[in-house]
Amino acid sequence: MADPASDTPTSGISPRVVVDGPELARSLARMAHQILEANRGADDLVLLGIPTRGVFLARRLAALIADIEGRPVRIGELDITMYRDDLRANPTRSVGRTAIPGRIDDAVVVLVDDVLFSGRTITAAIDALRDLGRPRAVRLAVLVDRGHRELPIAADHVGRTIQTAADERVQVRLSELDGDDAVTIGRTGGKR
Amino acid sequence: MTTSSGSLLITGARLADGTRTDLYISNGVLADQASAPAGVERIDADGLLALPGLVDLHTHLRQPGREDAETVASGTAAAARGGYTCVHAMANTDPVTDTAEAAEYVQALGERDGHCQVRVVGAVTKGLGGAGLAELGLMAASSAGIRVFSDDGRCVDDSLVMRRALTYVKSFDGVIAQHSQDPRLAGPGACCHESEYSGRLGLPGWPSQAESVIVARDVQLAELTGSRLHVCHVSTAESVDVVRWAKARGIRVTAEVTPHHLLLDTPLVSNFDTTFKVNPPLRTAEHLEAVREGLADGTIDIVGTDHAPHARQDKDHPFDVALPGMLGLEQALAVVVDVMVNTGRMDWPTLVERMSAAPARIGRVVGQGRPLVVGEPANLVLVDPSARGVVDGAASASRARNNPYHGRDLPDPVVATIWKGGVTYRR
Amino acid sequence: MRHLLSASDLDLASATSILDVAEEMQQVQSRPVKKLPALRGRTVVNIFFEDSTRTRTSFEIAGKWLSADTINVSAKGSSVSKGESLRDTMLTLDAMGVDAFVIRHPSSGAAHQVAGWVQAKVINAGDGQHEHPTQALLDAYSMRHHFRSIGSDGFAGKKIAIVGDLLHSRVVRSNVLLQRTLGGRVVLVAPPTLLPTGVETWGCPVTGDFDAALAEADIVMMLRVQRERMAGGFFPSEREYAEGYGLTEARLAAMKPGAAICHPGPMNRGVEISSAAADAANSLVLDQVAAGVAVRMSVLYHLLGSDEGAKQ
Repeated sequence: MADPASDTPTSGISPRVVVDGPELARSLARMAHQILEANRGADDLVLLGIPTRGVFLARRLAALIADIEGRPVRIGELDITMYRDDLRANPTRSVGRTAIPGRIDDAVVVLVDDVLFSGRTITAAIDALRDLGRPRAVRLAVLVDRGHRELPIAADHVGRTIQTAADERVQVRLSELDGDDAVTIGRTGGKR
Repeated sequence: MTTSSGSLLITGARLADGTRTDLYISNGVLADQASAPAGVERIDADGLLALPGLVDLHTHLRQPGREDAETVASGTAAAARGGYTCVHAMANTDPVTDTAEAAEYVQALGERDGHCQVRVVGAVTKGLGGAGLAELGLMAASSAGIRVFSDDGRCVDDSLVMRRALTYVKSFDGVIAQHSQDPRLAGPGACCHESEYSGRLGLPGWPSQAESVIVARDVQLAELTGSRLHVCHVSTAESVDVVRWAKARGIRVTAEVTPHHLLLDTPLVSNFDTTFKVNPPLRTAEHLEAVREGLADGTIDIVGTDHAPHARQDKDHPFDVALPGMLGLEQALAVVVDVMVNTGRMDWPTLVERMSAAPARIGRVVGQGRPLVVGEPANLVLVDPSARGVVDGAASASRARNNPYHGRDLPDPVVATIWKGGVTYRR
Repeated sequence: MRHLLSASDLDLASATSILDVAEEMQQVQSRPVKKLPALRGRTVVNIFFEDSTRTRTSFEIAGKWLSADTINVSAKGSSVSKGESLRDTMLTLDAMGVDAFVIRHPSSGAAHQVAGWVQAKVINAGDGQHEHPTQALLDAYSMRHHFRSIGSDGFAGKKIAIVGDLLHSRVVRSNVLLQRTLGGRVVLVAPPTLLPTGVETWGCPVTGDFDAALAEADIVMMLRVQRERMAGGFFPSEREYAEGYGLTEARLAAMKPGAAICHPGPMNRGVEISSAAADAANSLVLDQVAAGVAVRMSVLYHLLGSDEGAKQ
């Protein structure tokens, strides 16, 4: 399911745009179709966006899916702060919103996030889902897969696969939050 | 123990009035230095003051009963470090010193173990119960020769009992030393000066009037009976005013203030540190000012330490439950120098009066608080008026560690203390 | 955060963070699996030297829902009479490797003293007449919910009347401090014998006229009047108290539109609060109780979620 298009590693001082607005929109449109194809429709589908940008991406995907299918799809937000494995090692983190639309037992939950990196965020999300119910299946949709997995996690639906160096910083910008749509890679920042 | 050496020559000291002099000590008295032998042991006191040994009218030595907190030996060792050559051991021991036998027991302990003279204070009432008079006459007639009577720790709050006690001690020139605390206005839980601090901290308040109403009553009883009254640890402006009024009327009242009520104030209890829990409590600025003024102008006659050692476990309780009291003997002179002399409120001769001569007079102690002239007992303290240091509570001679001055930068005046001609402390 | 001993330990950012996270924590109450793993492996000891089923249960549930190992120690009666000092009692437990103590004690300042002795973190669950910071937090949480529900978000400018036995109340002291941080305007109402010394330095208007304060109050917080206070001579009788300072039916009707009632509980119906007021639609009393668990979960999370601030 991964997108074959990939980019070579970059080096540079300031962040470079590797995916622009129109390309991002096309990736999302393709992902929406792929989700529907894999699920044979929108029945039992629940999109859960992981804060912060996963939430906006989930909403966009939900809108795209609703356009295609002609009816709305269930959408919510899943904050995974409490399930992080690095909670103790860092200063107290504030907790984001969790809003689950109804029950998720027997639903097909599609977790939506902006960047897949080590896989720890998604692992935490799966742990969080366990305490919320028993979905029939859990799938993962990410806009960017940048490699460097530390846990055996794979995305089912990927917008872009980008080769990166571990100490590069990949950022997804979304107009709802950042003013424009883009994916950038920069030098500073190490792990996300 | 005292090293009662034969002779000692102190050279180049200044007396409180500024006179430079040498002091020759022989056989426990000050002698004519012309008779000093050639190879006599010397102390060079150049730059030091030589003052009469300090006399404390208010000390808790805790023996018998609470030797884990303090003993006569350790308490008097602390006294010697503080420049004291005489202390008065309060009666709230276990058992209470309310009979001649108990008094003579403490007297004997003092003679055997004391690093300074120990005078015994007798209780006013049996068992400090506040109801029936203790055997005041027998205690006065005993070999302890008690003249100061006090239920300190407790207040003799029954007016009739107080009147009787005052009347009774007149015949043997005794004095009733009162711990002034109205038990209804400041009950057993009261622990913080009633003020915005007690309000905010939620601690039971101890209003200044709980002290002054008793002082006001007692001075009038002293007037009625013609007897001597001594007001222990005056801590409030109101009490100072009452004493001033009483003295103006010729009432035979004397008053004392502790070093801590001269220096330490209520905000110190904001952290609930039980080191600063004391009875009466630390007061606010206006009260500190009033007692300082009172000590300077003589309304308050003496400094009394109310040295109150406590074992650790008695302080490691919630603030309202912990036992009240703080150490005082070792830093008393330092505090008085800092608050009163270095600020110009008092000169050295007045300090001698307040910390040596007057306490000895009130306690009717022979041979203490005497001027440093030939023929008088050799009870003196050598003082460095300018030395300073940070107080190290762990270096105390007391068994207890509830020292409120720990870590504070204070004068460090005591260089040597000499009692009956023997050096009891040397820095 | 190292300890939560006083409401004044919290600045605006910390207090807001605690309230915000509590919102998320409150959702756990309605989940099938009432668990979050955030405090897994942490040990919390609730040591209560004073009875309190409500607060202790609230803290116990809070700890357990966060997956902490929560132990209740009832130390009532473990006091001077048994010979062991408070310090020794606490150090003994501390030596077992406890991460946090939640301590309630009848003496003011006990939590502060304990915090100076132990390695563990300390949460003050009520010390004598001094403070009860988590109560002030859950009061603020309930008020915030209420303000949002009537479309008037924010504490700024809101008038909060706290009425009753201020002298003996740790709830009022913590609320005054917390509202100062959050921006609420507290008005204190009490008869003269129940005013703390120096209350005029607390930065709030103080009045004996309940009706005047009532007319302007957005929140009316009634404090419990203990019957022992009548015996102590603070007030002649319950009915005289109720007449002057109780939230009677008449006063209930005179409250501003949109105003709400708080009470830290337990209530003395008919003394400081009429049954009509206790059960009124604008009474937040039950909300306060529900909020208690969520707010305490949030406090435990803020204290123990991270290793930051722990003694090594």
